[in-house]
Amino acid sequence: MKIINEAIDLVKENIRDYGMYIALFIIMFTFNLMTNGMFMSSRNISNLLDSAGYIAVLAVGMTLVIVIRHIDLSVGYVAGFLGAIAAMLLMQQGLPVYIVIPIILVLGLVVGLFNGFLIAQLGIPAFVASLAGMLIFRGALLQVTEGTGTIIVQNASFNALGNGFIPSLAQISERHLLTLIVGLIGIIFYFYGEFKTRHDKKKYNFEVVSNSIFVLKLVFVSAIIGYITWILAGYNGFSWTVVIVLLVTMVYHFISNRTVLGRQIYAVGSNPEAAHLSGINVKKITYLVMASMSMLATLSGILYTARLQSATTTAGMLFELDAIAAAYVGGVSSAGGVGKVTGAIIGAIVMASLTNGMNLLGVGISYQYMIRGGVLAGAVIFDVITRKKGK
Amino acid sequence: MANNILEMHSITKTFPGVKALSDVNFKVEEGEIHCLIGENGAGKSTLMKVLSGVYPYGEYEGDIVYQGKVQQFNKISDSVEVGIAIIYQELALFPDLSVYENIYIGNEVKKGSVINWNQTIVKAKAMLNKVNLKVNPEVLIKDLGVGKQQLVEIAKALSKDVKLLILDEPTAALNEDDSENLLELIKQLKKQGISCIMISHKLKEVVAIADKATVLRDGQTICTLDANKGEINERTIIKHMVGREINDIYPKRPEKKIGDTVLELVNWSAYDSQLGRDVVKEASLTLRKGEIIGLAGLMGSGRTELALSIFGNPKNYKLRGDLALNGQPRKFKHTSEAIKAGIAYVTEDRKGNGLFLLQNITNNVSAAKLSGISNNGIINDNEEIKVAEYYKESLHIKASSIEQHVGKLSGGNQQKVSLGKWLFVGPNILILDEPTRGIDVGAKFEIYSVMNKLIEQGLSIIMISSELGEVLGMSDRVYVMAEGRIKGELAAAEADQEKIMELATQ
Repeated sequence: MKIINEAIDLVKENIRDYGMYIALFIIMFTFNLMTNGMFMSSRNISNLLDSAGYIAVLAVGMTLVIVIRHIDLSVGYVAGFLGAIAAMLLMQQGLPVYIVIPIILVLGLVVGLFNGFLIAQLGIPAFVASLAGMLIFRGALLQVTEGTGTIIVQNASFNALGNGFIPSLAQISERHLLTLIVGLIGIIFYFYGEFKTRHDKKKYNFEVVSNSIFVLKLVFVSAIIGYITWILAGYNGFSWTVVIVLLVTMVYHFISNRTVLGRQIYAVGSNPEAAHLSGINVKKITYLVMASMSMLATLSGILYTARLQSATTTAGMLFELDAIAAAYVGGVSSAGGVGKVTGAIIGAIVMASLTNGMNLLGVGISYQYMIRGGVLAGAVIFDVITRKKGK
Repeated sequence: MANNILEMHSITKTFPGVKALSDVNFKVEEGEIHCLIGENGAGKSTLMKVLSGVYPYGEYEGDIVYQGKVQQFNKISDSVEVGIAIIYQELALFPDLSVYENIYIGNEVKKGSVINWNQTIVKAKAMLNKVNLKVNPEVLIKDLGVGKQQLVEIAKALSKDVKLLILDEPTAALNEDDSENLLELIKQLKKQGISCIMISHKLKEVVAIADKATVLRDGQTICTLDANKGEINERTIIKHMVGREINDIYPKRPEKKIGDTVLELVNWSAYDSQLGRDVVKEASLTLRKGEIIGLAGLMGSGRTELALSIFGNPKNYKLRGDLALNGQPRKFKHTSEAIKAGIAYVTEDRKGNGLFLLQNITNNVSAAKLSGISNNGIINDNEEIKVAEYYKESLHIKASSIEQHVGKLSGGNQQKVSLGKWLFVGPNILILDEPTRGIDVGAKFEIYSVMNKLIEQGLSIIMISSELGEVLGMSDRVYVMAEGRIKGELAAAEADQEKIMELATQ
């Protein structure tokens, strides 16, 4: 009983953090039941995660943008435009992939710095500045694809970023070996991290959760990692998209939680004036966050172009709204200063699961929009209500 | 004997934990100019808010008798309806609307529900004539100077057929010509039978204009002085304003070891381009090692602005004059440079710009010196927790844990978190802006003790405070500011409440 009580307290205290995990679990469980197990099949989960990838990387950047109380509406067409540029460089200029990708990531960075200049330096509201960017890049996308129409990308290694899977090495009873190994390494790293944190806390004589809860958490989280790995290994294994999203998540999670830069970002979002008076350079932080956003938009453009194996004239349409929705479902707060990178990923998966699940069930597109809108509204209502309680 | 247009009987108003007004009696005769005087926090504004219906009937005790009838104002518009108009120091005009739109906002000239703009302009012109303001009514408010804006406010009040006009420090932001015009206008209005209550810190004005003057102190009526009896003069007023006994106890400092000058300002001015005037004017001051200097003055006298202009100038004032740290001339482009140079500033407005309310104690304490808890830009969480625990212990911050959100703490504990945050920076010069505002006596004493300990360790403190007792009890020297200028410097031995108030009300 003691364990259960402690666990319940833990969940109650951190309801904001755990809320969307619970929501995701319920959504997945329900769909799986309604589709007779088709939802959680290897093929479907693999497909679902790949389809969430290009929105997930946007949502990660968007979370930080919203944390510092701004918004970026230009990300969709920045993704579309720079994706098209990548396709052109590959196909029309014949440049190799390993040169094209750095070039357009740098282009993305430049776009972001320009947004930062408008917002931080000139003080233009982010909404307006990025709306202008959205129109400009929409036009630019049409301009570059005008002559050729859709640009087909015939470059296997580029397209693999959106469609390909990590090599298998060998199949063990029809499971993808390397995927299993990666999953196992993931679990080992997770164990190492948790044990180290616990050890450090003890060294400092800080309070830690009881042993039984600690073990319960270890088992629970590694079971989830193991389960997902197992499912994916049953199809083609980890896709490159999933690997890229995981890397982006880890890097951004580390920056936002463990670095001075991350702390400064949250301080600026929490109270810009107090941040300034604490010696934090608010302008610099704004520049950085906007630059990172556009760079991630570029990455999103690469993933999308690779997934479609072509750059189309409408690429990037409404990405920005999907990313914003994912960020809000993931628990970011429009009042600033609150929101997690991991939440954004979960938010993106929740939204993708809804689309995927409803497609499997054959729900009409009109109802799909309404239901997704309802989930978004529900997430924000949940946020507002739990914020009032809090510690 | 003339009739009283207003009588306020035994008004008591309590806020959670504080009695802002207790048993206040206040009477205004018809057609007189009645000045309301008192230190910051004496209860003047609260009394006027009770009168104008900001605090509705039922939230206070006592009676308001206006024009012979007991009034029960539930909202501001109730008091406006019977002819009471209040003009705040912060003008309530819409800068991007024209003069005539501002005068008739909320009181539109209309036929049915359609506004007759031509009629509005004609009427506005008539109102502007009444206040001797010769401007085109179609001019936007933001294109007028503060003096003229004030007149527009009065015109607006007149348009509503005001009988009792309340002015809250009307000349605080005006230059001398504008002030004189305004006072002249008030006298004219008096001839037309409009009564006027004026809150003012400038005693010269009070002496020049008042028929009567009521002094408030600590939420109580001290006395009402009558010009006809020759009672209104600066000395008498000051005596009544400051007569408070000092009940707070200040911890004794063992031994004063005052060293060399650490900070020196010479002819230091700060121009605020948004306000279009100097907020600090040719201030010169010195601060020595191991010394507490008190920066006294009334609200709006430029003390906070002076502090900010020293602390890396976050408001982007245009600065003139010289600032020297330990004899070296310095210029700071950003607060981070001031912090690096060893200056810390604990803000007056803890919630507004001091703390991160949605973050926990840990993150607040480390916010101004993240380098102290990190290696190569990577935060050491445990080191951070240790730091937070240290300040929670040493400053006696009462909280369930260092994980508690700062927004949920009491004022005194928030102030301690704020102080901890700045002590962690390891400053040489600590600027405390109203360090004990709104906190209880126990916490006050603790903060005073911490200040003394810091001085012993060789820090220097600039303490901005409106509480004269605190200024006298803690400071080695006192500078008094008014209207952006340093009006005088007093050594602790020669300073007393009257002298400070005299300088502050110049």
